[in-house]
Amino acid sequence: METRELICIGCPMGCPLKVEMNNGEVVSVSGNTCKRGDDYARKEVTNPTRIVTSSVIVEGGSLAAVSVKTRNDIPKGKIFDIMKDLKGVKVQAPVHIGDVIVSDVAGTGVDIIATKNVL
Amino acid sequence: MLNYDIVIVGGGPAGLAAAVSAKRNGVESILVLERDKELGGILNQCIHNGFGLHTFKEELTGPEYAGRFIDQLKEENIEYKLNTMVMDIAANKVVTAMNREEGMFEIQAKAIVLAMGCRERSRGALNIPGYRPAGIYSAGTAQRLVNMEGYMPGREVVILGSGDIGLIMARRMTLEGAKVKVVAELMPYSGGLKRNIVQCLDDYGIPLKLSHTVVDIEGKERVEAITIAEVGPDRRPVPGTEERYTCDTLLLSCGLIPENELSRSLGVDMSPITSGPLVNECLETNVEGVFACGNVLHVHDLVDFVSEEAGAAGKHAAEYVLNGAKHKESSAKDIPIVAVEGARYTVPKTINPDRMDEKHTVRFRVGDVYKNCYVSVYLNDERIIHKKRPVVAPGEMEEVVLKKEELAAFSNLSQITVKIEEA
Repeated sequence: METRELICIGCPMGCPLKVEMNNGEVVSVSGNTCKRGDDYARKEVTNPTRIVTSSVIVEGGSLAAVSVKTRNDIPKGKIFDIMKDLKGVKVQAPVHIGDVIVSDVAGTGVDIIATKNVL
Repeated sequence: MLNYDIVIVGGGPAGLAAAVSAKRNGVESILVLERDKELGGILNQCIHNGFGLHTFKEELTGPEYAGRFIDQLKEENIEYKLNTMVMDIAANKVVTAMNREEGMFEIQAKAIVLAMGCRERSRGALNIPGYRPAGIYSAGTAQRLVNMEGYMPGREVVILGSGDIGLIMARRMTLEGAKVKVVAELMPYSGGLKRNIVQCLDDYGIPLKLSHTVVDIEGKERVEAITIAEVGPDRRPVPGTEERYTCDTLLLSCGLIPENELSRSLGVDMSPITSGPLVNECLETNVEGVFACGNVLHVHDLVDFVSEEAGAAGKHAAEYVLNGAKHKESSAKDIPIVAVEGARYTVPKTINPDRMDEKHTVRFRVGDVYKNCYVSVYLNDERIIHKKRPVVAPGEMEEVVLKKEELAAFSNLSQITVKIEEA
């Protein structure tokens, strides 16, 4: 039996988590105060993922840049591939929250979407 | 002169939530004054995720979170003015403001909500020795440049201070191709949230050096190198522990200061601990009909709690407008809440057992890291809350919930005490 200690990143509470593992299989999760912590712990010890946020240049709008994010979490190892794909991306105003900026970014199957309205 | 029932100073998360809440509690005539060119305040540059889990039960980025409240403001047809700076608030609730279209103008309000937020502690306030070259930014300035204006402030970065914005910027600069060499923190603990140390530093192998500070800045035109050193328990640098990092940029994330110039000149009583107004459980200051919420009241870690607090301030401002001073009538007196032994302050500072809601959340911060301790609340000398906590830290706001029935049933209640008790 192997134990891993994590800090939950699901929300700013930052619960201290304990994950009991046996041969790479999660046996139990403790220390979490909500379901999110349980999900995070199981994922973090098997396939850690993150939401990536950034901003890209917008032309013809009221602001110079529009903030964006991956619609869902992506494997942690793909973060820098995604940042590379976002380099040099320019969009035309207007942009609305939820608009797809880059589809299937870095072959993750996940879209980059806008998180701000720039009109 | 313009006339509005409620004037809200600031269109960030606190001002937005206060305005929406005031409207939903029956006041039609509301004006929000915002000095920036758009609503949303600091959320507009906080493009990372993690906002809204309490309020919307989903994980949003800062601009999305602001967007939800801006939509609500517009659905409620609440008036607002952008690019408008409030110059003065007089005791008779005349607000003097100015903008480029209308010049200087006055607004007579019946109630005022202070929601001006906070600003970053600057290099000048930190006493860092060394030259004054280009390349020294507050973390928030760098955040705005990178996230909103599309500029990179530098390529090789040292960060002083482990507040949340500094941690977030360590990750952001790294993602944009910069090399963040070290985050130095004067205190023996981080000022930021644990989750940000995990996902902003640990994820990217950025070292966090606790009990360290900057002792030299080199470079005449541009930052060329930063020297940090360990500090002893007296927080003075220990000779011989200096480490030099070549870099072109120094970011400062060394604390936030509520922006209360308007409150002070209005005569609002301030807390020397929070640098924010002292308020009762209605979030009303000593100046009748003037309420405060959000980071101008005390610096928060979580925008969700700002929205909740601001919603309460908006509701009480509405009650004041609709009922006048009657909103204050009470069969009980205001009971002071005193923070001692590890607890630094509380918001609110007083609570009225008759006027309060069934339950009231009192928020506070601790002055040091305590492990395996208890958060305790006393009514006079009787302990009514004794909550075990594995760890409490200054970087994470704490809360206790007071119940009306318990307070009302306690005879001769003269003081409520919040303290940290070690096991």
